[in-house]
Amino acid sequence: MEKFDVIVVGAGLAGLAAAYTLAQEGLEVLVLERGDYAGAKNVTGGRIYLNPIRDLFPDLWEKAPLERFIAHEEVSLMAKGKSITVRYSGEELRQEPYQSYSILRAKFDRWLAKQAERKGAMLVAKSRVDDVIMENGSVVGVRAGGDELRADVVIACDGVLSLTAEKAGLRKPGKPHDFAVGFKEVIELDPAVIEDRFGLEGDEGAARLFMGEVTRGKFGGGFLYTNKESLSLGIVVGVKDLMEGQPEVQAPTLLDDFKLRPEVASLIRGGQTVEYSAHVIPEGGLKSLTKLYGNGILVAGDAAGFSMNIGVTVRGMEYAMASGYYAAQAVLKAREAGQYGASQLSVYEKLLNDSFIMKDFQNFKDVPAALDNPRFFTVYPELATAIMSELYAVGAGPKERIYPTIRKHLTFRQLWDMLGDFRKVRKL
Amino acid sequence: MSEVMGLKAKLGLDVFKHDSEPHIRIKAGMEKDPRLKKAVLVCPAGLYSLNDAGEVEFTIDGCLECGTCRLACGTEVLEWNYPNGGAGVQFRFG
Repeated sequence: MEKFDVIVVGAGLAGLAAAYTLAQEGLEVLVLERGDYAGAKNVTGGRIYLNPIRDLFPDLWEKAPLERFIAHEEVSLMAKGKSITVRYSGEELRQEPYQSYSILRAKFDRWLAKQAERKGAMLVAKSRVDDVIMENGSVVGVRAGGDELRADVVIACDGVLSLTAEKAGLRKPGKPHDFAVGFKEVIELDPAVIEDRFGLEGDEGAARLFMGEVTRGKFGGGFLYTNKESLSLGIVVGVKDLMEGQPEVQAPTLLDDFKLRPEVASLIRGGQTVEYSAHVIPEGGLKSLTKLYGNGILVAGDAAGFSMNIGVTVRGMEYAMASGYYAAQAVLKAREAGQYGASQLSVYEKLLNDSFIMKDFQNFKDVPAALDNPRFFTVYPELATAIMSELYAVGAGPKERIYPTIRKHLTFRQLWDMLGDFRKVRKL
Repeated sequence: MSEVMGLKAKLGLDVFKHDSEPHIRIKAGMEKDPRLKKAVLVCPAGLYSLNDAGEVEFTIDGCLECGTCRLACGTEVLEWNYPNGGAGVQFRFG
């Protein structure tokens, strides 16, 4: 029977970051990936923020196959037949090292797997992990396609549903309230057209978020990222809101209608959809993180719940890579003691607590509850666009004064409710 | 671009590899379970539909393995696993 130092389940960002780090230190690492290649099952919106993880992998970024650096941030409030868009362009976003990049995972993960292999990690694709092997209350390996594979430590990086962590007893199937589902199209478009249409110079990229009517007032929003030669266009919506109806709408319809909005149709015109993908996203924040370690096992990335939506930024990939890195560090520490029980591996939690990951999750622990307010997705987009509509209107008769126009929409009741929302928003 | 691309056509763009068995099954006797109806709303690939008898029908072809139905319906209703290694959707962009 083959025995490795470490078995990593899943060749996503967490798993590959862990494998890369461990192989670099000379450990024998096996990465098991159920897809045809690393990235074959992985989906992002998406963009990755590099600042928090740049120094964890100093040699990695120069040649990384990222798409465009994000130089322009846009957010649109979408109401029925109306919208308001704010575009932010900052000189700091155009200075190296760039803060964030658009990214396509099949391309990036495949490349990252190569880097891990170059360090000495072994990647076996087309291999689904079916179970963990438990002995005396410890995880001692995995079963995959009829094979029994053993290791000192198993790192579960098998994504948002992590059946591996579930089988090891570290988590239960999640609750819909703590998750969103994202689905997107990759739409090919000539780079020159992308640059013209989004006002980009060279490798600059744009990131756009749309909230309100695009999810029928449900928790979530639309997104658009410019890649080198394509656009990633999609919808993210809370699973619970989608289940509950009010109004009842099927997920695919949201994306179809989003594409038909004039604001969006003009951006994707002439483009050719080349792929349709979907994935669940953990969005429950601190309280819905899974158990992070057990005897002989660690959990990293989406599998642990490391993804966060705070409205203005939606992040996951840098948490995945960093948690993979810290899982590797925890293994190295446990290795010094030659023991891999939960008490040795608990150093993982300490490393995470000292890092930006748990600090972010602590700082933003109240955000999921604060954002779970349908008024953000219904009342405010309608109100803001209604005021704009009247401000810009010139009818046949005399134009109303500006202040009364605004005041008319902001009734005492409305202001009172806004004050209530504002109190909750202070938690952001 | 004003025409909406149907789901079948959209899913037809993806690379799928055949599996020896369906990786998601409605558990026997659960066809009328109300929890299943949630899948009709949440599945991004539109693989769940309600038939005239009020039962939920399901096809595995075109499954994007996103996991939403497992969350929405629960494991009492669905027998849910990922496809065998090397089978199922293989994203080229992701």
